[in-house]
Amino acid sequence: MKASVIVFPGSNCDRDVAVALEAVTGKPTQMVWHQETEIPDSDLVVLPGGFSYGDYLRCGAISAHSPIMRDVIAKAKQGVALLGICNGFQMLTETRLLPGVLMRNTSLKFICKDVDLKVERTDTPFASAYDSKGVVTIPVAHHDGNYFTDDDTLERLEGENRVAFRYCDANGDVTDKGNPNGSRNNIAGVYDKSGRILGMMPHPERLIEDSLGGTDGKIMFQSLVESLAV
Amino acid sequence: MKARIKITLKNGVLDPQGKAISHTLESLGFDGINDVRQGKYIEVSIAETDPEKADAEIKKMCEDLLANTVIENYSYELEEI
Repeated sequence: MKASVIVFPGSNCDRDVAVALEAVTGKPTQMVWHQETEIPDSDLVVLPGGFSYGDYLRCGAISAHSPIMRDVIAKAKQGVALLGICNGFQMLTETRLLPGVLMRNTSLKFICKDVDLKVERTDTPFASAYDSKGVVTIPVAHHDGNYFTDDDTLERLEGENRVAFRYCDANGDVTDKGNPNGSRNNIAGVYDKSGRILGMMPHPERLIEDSLGGTDGKIMFQSLVESLAV
Repeated sequence: MKARIKITLKNGVLDPQGKAISHTLESLGFDGINDVRQGKYIEVSIAETDPEKADAEIKKMCEDLLANTVIENYSYELEEI
């Protein structure tokens, strides 16, 4: 699997994602500066977490119009797998590749902690290896992760089975108590219609070895390698 | 021309920052606050002098970047400078 990580001014999880990818692919990850106009041949493109452009205007709004984004959108439309993590998820909503928007957490606090997530689907390239796991633990680190969309869009998302992960309690129950940021329907990640674009607030790249506290995040990258390896 | 653009949250969209402002105003002794909603104000000066063309240009700026129409409304006034 060939993977590219797009680097924006203010990205700060780009190298963590590269390390996570290299751990499962054994190959170097292609790092692509946002001012480039073409992504090298890739099976997976990652928009990493961070604070691109200092979150000016709205999180992800400026970077959504970076020169590279034209090719990111084109590649995604051709079926290249696209993963947006945290700030990357915010960019995906700003480009309208994914519906909704990430608003300020209802607590108004920056939240940095491990959260429990219910895996809603395992039939996508991102989650196939989560097959036997109903609940996983992956950290969040954000100020603006409160997923919001209007009633009609929410109903459509649910109807089309496009929720990837939901915040839950340790038993896997989707409750208000398990919802750290106020997201509607406890949504932590959503897919596009094809299931090949995923945006999520939690950071799988931060839990890829036991010395970091767990490997639930690594499973996502293993899924991708198994699904996309040619 | 200069555009004075106001961006506000749509009705029904939760505004936790507005709520925090409201609580703080109350703690300062301002009674009778019904609601506080926070928004943005942006000024854009453009070279275009034809009001119709300027209007179309500013509208496109709002749609493409300045507002996220999923959650925000925008309005603006244009004036000659």
